[in-house]
This record gives sequence, C-alpha cells and structure tokens, in this order.
Amino acid sequence: MAIPGQKQLTHLEEFMEGIWKQNPVFVMVLGMCPTLAVSVSAVNSLSMGLATAFVLVCSTLLVSLIRKLVPKEVRIATYIVIIATFVTVVDYLIQAISLTVYEALGAFIQLIVVNCIILGRAEAHASKNPPLRTVINALGMGIGFTIGLFALGSVREILGAGKLFGIPLFGPDFQPWVVMVLPPGGFFVLGAWLLLFNWLDSRKSGVARGEPVEGRVHG
Amino acid sequence: MNATAAPALTSSKAMILTLGLVATLCGILIVSAYQGTLAAVTANKRIALERAVFKVIPGATGMKEFVATTSGIVPASGALPAGGVKVYAAYDQSGTLRGIAAEAAATGYADLVRVLYAYDPARQVITGIGVISMRETPGIGDKIQTDAAFLKNFQALDVSLAPDMKALANAVKTVKHGAKQHPWEIDAISGATVTSKAVGKGINDSARRLLPLLLPNLEKLKGA
Repeated sequence: MAIPGQKQLTHLEEFMEGIWKQNPVFVMVLGMCPTLAVSVSAVNSLSMGLATAFVLVCSTLLVSLIRKLVPKEVRIATYIVIIATFVTVVDYLIQAISLTVYEALGAFIQLIVVNCIILGRAEAHASKNPPLRTVINALGMGIGFTIGLFALGSVREILGAGKLFGIPLFGPDFQPWVVMVLPPGGFFVLGAWLLLFNWLDSRKSGVARGEPVEGRVHG
Repeated sequence: MNATAAPALTSSKAMILTLGLVATLCGILIVSAYQGTLAAVTANKRIALERAVFKVIPGATGMKEFVATTSGIVPASGALPAGGVKVYAAYDQSGTLRGIAAEAAATGYADLVRVLYAYDPARQVITGIGVISMRETPGIGDKIQTDAAFLKNFQALDVSLAPDMKALANAVKTVKHGAKQHPWEIDAISGATVTSKAVGKGINDSARRLLPLLLPNLEKLKGA
C-alpha cells in the first residue's frame, strides 16, 4: 500500500501479517458469520478455513493479475464475479472430496461469497499489489483464518462433545458441555480467545513501554 | 497513486468490455469445475446413498432405485415423475430381495428432518431407520440417532395396509413418552418430542403415499 512513510514489507512480514499482526479472526474480528456458525468441530473448522483460503488466494491472484485492466468504476462488480466463481469451484470440489463435510458446512460454503475478508483483501491489497506479493499476503490471511477457526472449533469440540477429530477423549463417563457446540458457545470461546490474545498483546507492549507505539492501518 | 495526474475518464466501452471478459473467463472456470468434478460427485452421492440403505437393511450388498407411480413400478431414470415416490430395493449376494428403503421427511425443531426407513413387505412393518440429514439441537433432538429406547420403536413398526390396499390400516403416530400402546405408535423421546413427532409424521406421510403403490407391484422388485 502506498501510504507515505510506511516501509515496504518483506515477503515474510507480508505472510505473517495475516497469521499474527492482522489475524482476521483474532485481531480484525472479520468474517464472524462462518467463524461462529461452523466452528462446532475441528474437521468443520479446518474444511471451512481451507475452503476460504482457497477462494482468497485464487480470487486475489486473479484480481491482482488484471488490476491494471479493470476500470475503477466497475471494480467491485468484477471482484464479486471473480469471488463468486471461485466459491462455486470450491463448492464442487468439496462435493467431490467429501459429501459428509459438504452437508456439515451447508449454506456456509456458498456464503463465502460475502465473506468480508475476501472482498476486503481484493479491494485493499490485491488491487494495488503485484501477484506474488498478493498471493503471499492472501496465503497468510487464509492460513490465519484457518488457525482462528481451528482454535475455536477444537476447543468447542473438546468441551461440547468430548472429542477431537471425532475421537472420544475422556471415556464414557464424560458429560458433554453441550452449550459449547450451540451458538452461545461460539461467542464464549471466541471471547476467551480474544481475551487471551489481547492480554498477550498488552503484555508485549508493556515490555516495550517507552518506545513510540507504531500506528497500524487496517485494510 | 499519483495525485497530480488528472483522473482519466473511462469509456463505457472499456467498462463493458472488462466486465464481459471477466464474466466469460469466470463462466469457463465454473463450467470446467462442474464438468471436472461431475463424475466424482455422482459417485460420492451414490456411495453415500448405498451406505445409508445398507445400514438400515442388514445383509444387503446391492441396491437398485425404482419409482413407484400410479401406473406401476419403473426403474428410476432422470427426473421424478409427478406423484411418483422413490424406493430403493436392496438385494443380497444371491439376488434375493432383502428389503425396501424409502425416504421420509418432515419439519422438526430447527429444519427438515430426513430419515431413511427400511420396510419389510412380508410382515408389512418398518424394520429400522437411519437419519439422512437434520439440524436438530445437539444433545436434544439429535438423540433420534442414538437413543436406544426410541430406535426400538422401529424394530417392527406396523404399517400394514387396510384390506382395500388403498390406505394404511392405522396411521403411524408419535405419542408422548411412555404412552405407546399399539404397534403403529412411536414412543417419543422425553424432551425431544418435536423431533420425535417429525420422524413419525415423515414416516406416516411417506408410507401412506408409497405403500399402496408398492405392495400390489412387489413382484417386479423381487425379480429385478
């Protein structure tokens, strides 16, 4: 991004943006609709995260490749057509790989079209950066989103069903904490993770106190 | 962005051309993805269906799809004709008919509850059910898959036809937990009455439509 005074990120920094500094789930708190709805189990979270990452990488790559050809008046329409295309592709791919996963994710696969992370990356990053940089950034964001979903999904599955990846962990006497796989549980677990991340963040800035705090621009 | 350059006006032609090109490219991508995955998706659907049918009809190793219509039973092909009901006939290795499965669906607490039930034509009873899809509350409504007492209802649920072969002798009904008296009643799960009722209603609706079409033409399935 051509913000005056901001230095160009290295490729590694670009990749780490989405994983840590601007993690879509824990820092930007974007794309909460699929995050809360499908993170009831580890498998669902991973599949949803990877499907979103696939759409994110493919669509931002295409947006970046044609960024100089697209008149700015029709750019949003163009991006949405591209995103919808890759969502349709991923929809067929999941059906071909596993119908069980497809049924578990339900309408949330199609709803990737309106995931704000993807349009946000296309508009704020891919339309202004060359393909390689775009793909690295999108990969970081996609993996960051997958990690975020997995962090929620694994905790919710362990507490709410006593299993991880469908394997029982606690033996037959375990009474599942059912609320954790219900919608309120999604908010509880997300809240707990946000608390942890913010605590880590504030502890880190506490250590570095005295130094100027760097301003951060969100895409 | 170069702030000093005057913004160039974009011609309408450029806009339409860009959108047209992008749409064409996307169209090609979608169609290739569809064609490329079609075989795998069809095979997956077939395997999922077979697995569901074999689960409710133990001992079956092969199955064929048929459609029961008012003019008899025909092998399933293409779109379902109006008034037709899909049935799955399951056979063992020697080709003997082991049972018939059909789908039942009714609205539960959250969404449509779809189950597959196995029908034994010799005894005119339902011999088992399996859930195809549902979005019922975990820990409550989803007990219809696991609750042993509830599943016992479907070991021999009476769906025999009235003597005129046009309707069920007794409608399948879900009753309150512990109130089952007749073989055509389903004892609901305590606390999950809505989901239990959906299963009963779905089976009743499906059996009521299917069995009068199916039973007079049973020979056709045996020979297939």
